[in-house]
Amino acid sequence: MDDKILLAHGSGGKLSHDLIKDLLLKELGNPYLNVLDDAATLTLNGRIAFTTDSYVVSPLFFPGGDIGKLAVCGTVNDLSMVGAIPKYVSLSLIIEEGFLLPDLKKIISSIHITAQEAGVKVVTGDTKVVNRGSADKLFINTAGIGIIPDGVKISGSHARIGDKIILSGPIGDHGIAILCQREGLKFETSLESDCASLNTLVADMLGASKEIHVLRDPTRGGLASTLNEFAESARVGIKIEEDKIPLRDSVRAACELLGLDPLYVANEGKLVAVVGSLDVEKVLSQMRENKHGVHAAIIGEIVADHPGKVVMKTRFGSSRIISMLSGELLPRIC
Amino acid sequence: MIKFLDEYRDPELAQRLVKKIRNHALQGLRLMEFCGGHTVAIMKYGLRQLLFPQVELLSGPGCPVCVTANADIDKAIALAKKPEIILTTFGDMLKVPGSYSSLQKVRADGGDVRIVYSAQDALEIAQGNRDKKVVFLGIGFETTAPTIAASILEAKHREIKNYYVLSLHKLCPPVIKTLLDSGEIKLDGIILPGHVSAIIGAYPYEFIPLDYGIGGVVAGFEPLDILLTVEMLIAQIENRKPVIEIAYRRGVKPEGNEKAREIMDMVFEITEANWRGLGRVPASGLTLKREYQDFNAEASFVPEAMPAKEPEGCVCGEILRGIKTPRDCELFGSCCTPEQPVGPCMVSSEGSCAAYYLYGGENNGR
Amino acid sequence: MCLAVPSQVKAIEGQYAEVEIGGVSRNVSIILTPDVKIGEYILVHTGYSIGVVNEDEAQETIKLFNDLGIG
Repeated sequence: MDDKILLAHGSGGKLSHDLIKDLLLKELGNPYLNVLDDAATLTLNGRIAFTTDSYVVSPLFFPGGDIGKLAVCGTVNDLSMVGAIPKYVSLSLIIEEGFLLPDLKKIISSIHITAQEAGVKVVTGDTKVVNRGSADKLFINTAGIGIIPDGVKISGSHARIGDKIILSGPIGDHGIAILCQREGLKFETSLESDCASLNTLVADMLGASKEIHVLRDPTRGGLASTLNEFAESARVGIKIEEDKIPLRDSVRAACELLGLDPLYVANEGKLVAVVGSLDVEKVLSQMRENKHGVHAAIIGEIVADHPGKVVMKTRFGSSRIISMLSGELLPRIC
Repeated sequence: MIKFLDEYRDPELAQRLVKKIRNHALQGLRLMEFCGGHTVAIMKYGLRQLLFPQVELLSGPGCPVCVTANADIDKAIALAKKPEIILTTFGDMLKVPGSYSSLQKVRADGGDVRIVYSAQDALEIAQGNRDKKVVFLGIGFETTAPTIAASILEAKHREIKNYYVLSLHKLCPPVIKTLLDSGEIKLDGIILPGHVSAIIGAYPYEFIPLDYGIGGVVAGFEPLDILLTVEMLIAQIENRKPVIEIAYRRGVKPEGNEKAREIMDMVFEITEANWRGLGRVPASGLTLKREYQDFNAEASFVPEAMPAKEPEGCVCGEILRGIKTPRDCELFGSCCTPEQPVGPCMVSSEGSCAAYYLYGGENNGR
Repeated sequence: MCLAVPSQVKAIEGQYAEVEIGGVSRNVSIILTPDVKIGEYILVHTGYSIGVVNEDEAQETIKLFNDLGIG
């Protein structure tokens, strides 16, 4: 095989077929995928959760992961956030002509490892190649299917007054790790993206309590936007305390340098849970036993005041409204 | 724990200082700050509410993004549209609306607009793209101007011939003077900029007590710094001794940073500048000196723009002069929001309107 | 005014210094503060050092806060 992806690799002919056989099946093969039918045939019992996401991250490779790992974790996490056990994913690649084959191999390998760790199978896929300039190196779309166990009812609108809010770990790692790689914003830091599959964490939490009302992963827009989403959706108020929010020194420092607010920085391996107050300590201890919840903390509660709004008590003792992120997160000098 | 930062955010010490300030007999003192960083800090820590009614904190034209005139933004946009130009800018300017468009919209239309953290990064882009012309959008006051000057000197030294600066830099002391001369608002004291003063020192502000009989204190950016500044201004007022003092002593020397000024003076000369809300203010801006004209974007590209116009109903100009607050603006929160800003006071994260919108409510609304 | 954060100088090479704040490092230009020494803290604004933090004054200011808080 050549060391670059050509338009022919996406056109369904011999090169396409070779790519699928020699790379995709080799890495990702399983009984469903190997059949190579136009659609995967699955047998499922129970309530099904179904999600889709596209991944356009740049740079493709970053400390702590790559677009492949992100694609699997993102979909696994979306399913987990409704309490589903993730089972199957689809994988669609849109590759820019000229993309380096060794890079593609690395990404597919990453998808394989991540899927294996999460216990999901890639059962169907698609590969397209577009003209140089029509895509930024590689775009990935995944769709995912999971089964929701009986009795599990999790949704943004289920937050109840008196519930407590748990955050699974320090915020801002992913967004800052990515930003530090971008041209013009390079900093040296040991910070890595927190990109991770959270399905085992969620399974542990659901095992500990039936009073988990909301789960959400604070990806783009950060913790602030996520909290606003379900404050709006459940028409409840949210009160959080700044000094309870876990934050690494290095993320804090990078944010100070760039003039960013960590509340708005993306995370890819964290979740926010709204839990009935009687069960919150139980859930918290369970979370701390899982490697993705070691630093979990209660950061606030659902209140009747200011419905639809999120208010934070600052370290300083004053209160301020935390609104949703508007537009892009931009570094500033002033 | 970030050293030289966190110690100045201690809530207990702050409470004590606030109590001391509130114990003063004086009421309704009007203090104005001229620095976007101070606007943000005051809102973020709820200081305005904490000090009212003893002290009324007003926001002046201290946000370099907010005071950039539409005509100047239009010039930057015109340059960004040219296919041979890579327009590099600080993040602050990306969403600012000009008369007809914004850099963000130009980028969406295919213009090469790139955000950088430093002028150094723009230099590297110039170095790596010899077939293009890299224009750096130079905004900021005396804090930033020396860094841009340094980048030009470096470009000259490294023979980087495709690096240009569109200088929209402005100076602080002249705008303070213009505001005080206008007599539009009565002030009892001035909270002087922190990092501008790190460069220019305290002496350039001496005219304030001399000509206007009010004092000024150079303030840092942490809540304790600002509270200390207010306390010092109150002491001056009580003793009827208006002077220029420095509260931010760990960052500012009375003589400022001579080396930085030397570098700034090598490259820039003072000129008249166009300030949003204030119009043309003499000797308040910076332009490249003749010997550096090769780096002057305006001289090299003659950006043509359609006649500048101001958006209807926008009162950014009056907000910048401290005679109106964001809540006095009809557009605030309805058709002018951070997602769809009409004027720069809403776009800039340091603009009064953005600060009110993001941090206001609870303890900040008045 | 403009955003500048106190960072510690770890190494100096010519007109550049490697500075560190909270575990994050960056190379900054010290052309505007050429006399800075390793171990000192500088104010970093857009990748340039604009001033050296006066540690004695920093202590004095903290002391002042403490004194003012009394009475």
